[in-house]
Amino acid sequence: MRKKNSPWLNAPYVLWSALFILAPLALVAVFAFTDQAGRFSLASFEYIAQNQQLYLKTFGDSLAYALEATVICLLLAFPLAYFMANARQRTQRLLMMLIMVPMWMNFVICTYSWRSILEDHGILNTALAWLHGLVSKEAFRPPALLDTPGAVVLGMVYNYLPFMILPIYTVMSKLEPSLTEAAQDLGANRWRVLEQVVVPLSIPGVVSGVTMVFVPSVSTFYISQKLGGGSSLIGDLIELQFLGSAYNFSLGAALSLILMAIVLVCMLVMKQFSDGEESAFVV
Amino acid sequence: MPQSKGILSRVYTALILLFLYAPLLVMVLFSFNSGHSTAVFEGFTLHWYQELARNLDAQKVLKNTMLLAFAAAVVSVVLGTLAATGIDRVRRKWAKGLLLSVTNLPLMNPEIVTGVSMMLLFVFAQQLLNRFFGLEVRTLLGFGSLLAAHITFCLPYVILSVLPKLRQTDPHLAEAAQDLGCSPVLAFFKVVLPSISTGVFSAFLMAFTISLDDFVVSNFTSGSEFQTLPLYIYAMTKRKVRPDMYSLSSLVFFAIFALLILSNVLQARAEKRAAKQK
Repeated sequence: MRKKNSPWLNAPYVLWSALFILAPLALVAVFAFTDQAGRFSLASFEYIAQNQQLYLKTFGDSLAYALEATVICLLLAFPLAYFMANARQRTQRLLMMLIMVPMWMNFVICTYSWRSILEDHGILNTALAWLHGLVSKEAFRPPALLDTPGAVVLGMVYNYLPFMILPIYTVMSKLEPSLTEAAQDLGANRWRVLEQVVVPLSIPGVVSGVTMVFVPSVSTFYISQKLGGGSSLIGDLIELQFLGSAYNFSLGAALSLILMAIVLVCMLVMKQFSDGEESAFVV
Repeated sequence: MPQSKGILSRVYTALILLFLYAPLLVMVLFSFNSGHSTAVFEGFTLHWYQELARNLDAQKVLKNTMLLAFAAAVVSVVLGTLAATGIDRVRRKWAKGLLLSVTNLPLMNPEIVTGVSMMLLFVFAQQLLNRFFGLEVRTLLGFGSLLAAHITFCLPYVILSVLPKLRQTDPHLAEAAQDLGCSPVLAFFKVVLPSISTGVFSAFLMAFTISLDDFVVSNFTSGSEFQTLPLYIYAMTKRKVRPDMYSLSSLVFFAIFALLILSNVLQARAEKRAAKQK
């Protein structure tokens, strides 16, 4: 017997999502293509095209930083997820918990805390100066760590690393032990098992991890403000149009549309990649 | 799989954890700092915790945040469970696919776009009210808009956590209850709800914590009247953060840690008991 379909059950949710998900997104498009008086206009896009040097640099920076952060997260997370999935049950649970605590802490204060670590006379430079003093008698000149592109990427990696670890770990911990055993029985050493069995099978986890790190990184506005020393990313420009001094809703909406398009293209590429991998495995 | 007990893997894990906890340790350290600085440690004091106890602004903001998170979690769990029940029963494939895609939208969209689009909705609605109904609404941004926004971004998590549980339940049970004289609504409460209760409960916790911690969407939908803790701290980081915010965050940190350890211990115990019974 099938469960009975009753249309009224869906009515509240359909109404809610029409009003609070679809209508707002439609409004972004409306604002992007109208002027202050509500007439159709391409002024915002023309403005972006006229100032393309600024905007191309901003979009390029955002993409580059987000890509760097995603790659670094992947490189850091993959071995950790592998170690976790192979640890004892109790250790696995403990590590999961330890990784989730920072996710639940307020993201604003954590990012701000990094300033104390990276400042010219902050914790990291103090430690470096001490190390320097051990090996050399020359005066230590602290390298500028804060307000650099590196600091922005570090902030992204810090905030979104757990979102890479958890999906990869989840996929790996569900792998059938018999698969790796079979590979070993057939003469594969540890590296070969990793390369031929574990890596291909964890691709779905990698794909969702990459999306969960890339999307918030490419659209961030707080990290760049606090750690980048006022360097601008797309997110900063958008915030400026809605809450900052620029106050131009139409331009902000146009930038949001472009951001959405970039994210959509990246997701489609990722989807293609994961589908290909999965079907390759089935064949 | 072979158990990797190599020293290398342990050192690596420890380094990653050190990285993840570094700013949190800094925060806890400077919450006990006797100086005003958030960079140089001068000496131990509990001064900032006393200061926090006297900080009425921070307490009001904390209360606001809890109230908002609780309201958003309750409404999104009720609405989301209802929606999941509805989606589970949709038979047409395209309709189900459409509903699920719309549900996924807020998860896929960059948070800043969700925030901006919500802000535009409330600004647009305010303009409509003033122009066509002759009202003089100054702004619609406030507790109401925040609540609507928080419910909206909590809903997908609720639906995606309840839906799998619903799929596992046996439809015959509810049918049987109805054959025995329950109304459909009563059958839901007596039969379906108990079997999906773990999903509903974890959905509630998830919605509560996500709402509690949200900064990006709140930043655009809050207006100037109603402030939450992440917004309060954000406003402060534009100038200089007072160390009592570090005390507050440290307290939150200890609370989360204690809760997680507790749930971890309880879970381990339950598993042990289950293993014994076998």
